[in-house]
Amino acid sequence: MSAPVDVKTLVIDGVNVSGSAGQTVLEVARENNISIPTLCHLDGLSEVGACRMCLVEVKNSPKLFPSCVLKVEEGMEVTTASDRLKHYRQTILELFFAERNHICSVCVANGHCELQSTAQSQGLTHVRLPYRNPKLDVDASHERFVLDHNRCILCTRCVRVCAEIEGAHVWDIMGRGIDSMLIADLHQPWGESSCTRCGKCVQVCPTGALSEKSKFGAEHPKHPEFLPYLNMMREGQ
Amino acid sequence: MSQTITIDPVTRLEGHGKITLKTNDQGEVTEAYFSVTQVRGFEKFCEGRPYYEMPSLMARICGICPVSHLIASAKACEAIMSIEIPPTAAKLRRALNLAQTIQSHALSFFYLASPDLLLGMDADPAQRNIFGVASANPELGRAGIGLRRFGQHMIELLGRKRIHPGWVVPGGVTEPLDPAKRDEILGLIPEAYANIKLALDWYKRIADRFRDEAESFANFPGAFLGMVADDGGLEFTDGKLRLIDAKGKILLDKLRAAQFEKHFGEAVEPFSYMKFPYYKPLGYPEGSYRVGPLARLNIVSHAGTPLADVELKEFKQKANGPVLGSFYYHHARLIDILHGIEMIERIFGDPTILDKHVRATAGVNRLEGSGVAEAPRGTLMHHYKVDENGQMVWANLIIATGQNNNAMNRGVLQTAQRYVKGDKLEDGMLNRVEAVIRTFDPCLSCSTHAYGQMPLSIKLLAPDGTKLDELRRG
Repeated sequence: MSAPVDVKTLVIDGVNVSGSAGQTVLEVARENNISIPTLCHLDGLSEVGACRMCLVEVKNSPKLFPSCVLKVEEGMEVTTASDRLKHYRQTILELFFAERNHICSVCVANGHCELQSTAQSQGLTHVRLPYRNPKLDVDASHERFVLDHNRCILCTRCVRVCAEIEGAHVWDIMGRGIDSMLIADLHQPWGESSCTRCGKCVQVCPTGALSEKSKFGAEHPKHPEFLPYLNMMREGQ
Repeated sequence: MSQTITIDPVTRLEGHGKITLKTNDQGEVTEAYFSVTQVRGFEKFCEGRPYYEMPSLMARICGICPVSHLIASAKACEAIMSIEIPPTAAKLRRALNLAQTIQSHALSFFYLASPDLLLGMDADPAQRNIFGVASANPELGRAGIGLRRFGQHMIELLGRKRIHPGWVVPGGVTEPLDPAKRDEILGLIPEAYANIKLALDWYKRIADRFRDEAESFANFPGAFLGMVADDGGLEFTDGKLRLIDAKGKILLDKLRAAQFEKHFGEAVEPFSYMKFPYYKPLGYPEGSYRVGPLARLNIVSHAGTPLADVELKEFKQKANGPVLGSFYYHHARLIDILHGIEMIERIFGDPTILDKHVRATAGVNRLEGSGVAEAPRGTLMHHYKVDENGQMVWANLIIATGQNNNAMNRGVLQTAQRYVKGDKLEDGMLNRVEAVIRTFDPCLSCSTHAYGQMPLSIKLLAPDGTKLDELRRG
């Protein structure tokens, strides 16, 4: 006999829902068709709570919580949509756009970018902050792929997929705060790194930061949905 | 008393420009400058980007002729990749470029120039626009709108977007032609023929009224450059370049994009951000030349399509040798449109146009590449250098309008000397100075389009800077 499942009941946006202990609010919300925007989260990868798009309100707490790492608790009352959350999410998106050079019209991911579609779904019409316009490099040293730091939002999906699924851990983040930068191995050109050329990082990148050479928008739709299957197959073994 | 007259901005043009006229003590114009007052910087900010992004990035220079930039840029990339694109892709691109030429010429002729031609150079500025045309001659207005729609709709059918279609890429096009789209395009052709016939008939009826302008609108001997097909006929996309002198003698022929730099230089003048290309053996400014519809008709032996051939023959009778008056750009534009419609009908009538193989692939095989295409306003050149990873290290664009820069400046002086007299400004005289620029249909910063009435102020300044007279519009 398997161990009894520890079920937690809670309220999300006024709806009574339940989830098993250890599940996150994001998981349970999505199981119940309550949508919460995310950028760094991806089914099949570990959670880092980096982007803060999935912030929610929890009754009796003045703090906001990232729902991707918030475990469900008995009696919890969660709000996923409010004016306050909308303001925070829009501001976070504005910070993303202001931080580096996101120029949709000439980006290879135009029309197939999660940053772009999230900005649209969150009703972002203007960026009130001054753009930083940093001068950032493009690493085209790889035979098949390109890394464009201008479009990177440091979600670390690539870092996690490479370490957790591919097992190569080529990608990592160098520096701190505003100086953080994605690097291959010990800050080598991608083409000279220990990359296995599997392309998983390109598939999971939410923006045009990682792309296939010579391909644009509709020409390389990304398929991050393969990750849970890969995990399932491995667990089955 | 000598004075300076400034027209800033010049209206019914694409982009922003300024005209400065200087007069002597007798009130006669002695100097004229046509200045482009914007700097864009595309050649600089493409540095570091992967070369294959260039077509879509460079096409953002212009909302009117993005297709010409797409094609010239894709061809420069293909030179870097050292590939030849599949024949069907080449045909599809030719059709796309013709569609764009038709819509751009329709914009120039009907929206920007026809108000002067229909209503007169001295007409009330409040009426002298496309709305004035539509009320004075609704048929003509409709024909113009119809031709522009034909070109734009075809671009949308092929490239999914009217402006900045993403369909043209290094190696060909992203997807083959859907038979339903081909049929839709062929279905639009009869109306397009009717519209251009109406416009040509109308133009020929009224052209004589402008004999005076035809004489003084940048009418001078000079060289002409453009693309020709292998058989010497009209070609906009896949031909080679030919340069002729004012008498029609061929100075250069079968010139490929990569050879351009060897024969042509670019001069810079302090009063404009636009450069002044010239033919090196003749030096600057003697080696200045004209490009665009008039140049194309002057350099070709025939059009290559039956209806346009008849019109071209008639056109060439205007002069013994090349037609030198820039006023005839308007007429040449209409013949370009007619030829474009005929070619599109021919291209889409060929069943091989539906072939599925429309893209070649390759990496970086050369570190330098040039591509050339005929933009509506003339020869357009993209020249790139990349590093071994395919990242741009240098770019130079030679824009059609730049090659007409010297001719426009000469034209402004010639027209101003003929029409601007005394110390009292009249709208009609200054409109003629603007109209000479409009014959070239310049895309000044090769940027987004602007038509209709932009705010215009003209000032007459005495040498000490005091204002003698001022006209305002808009």
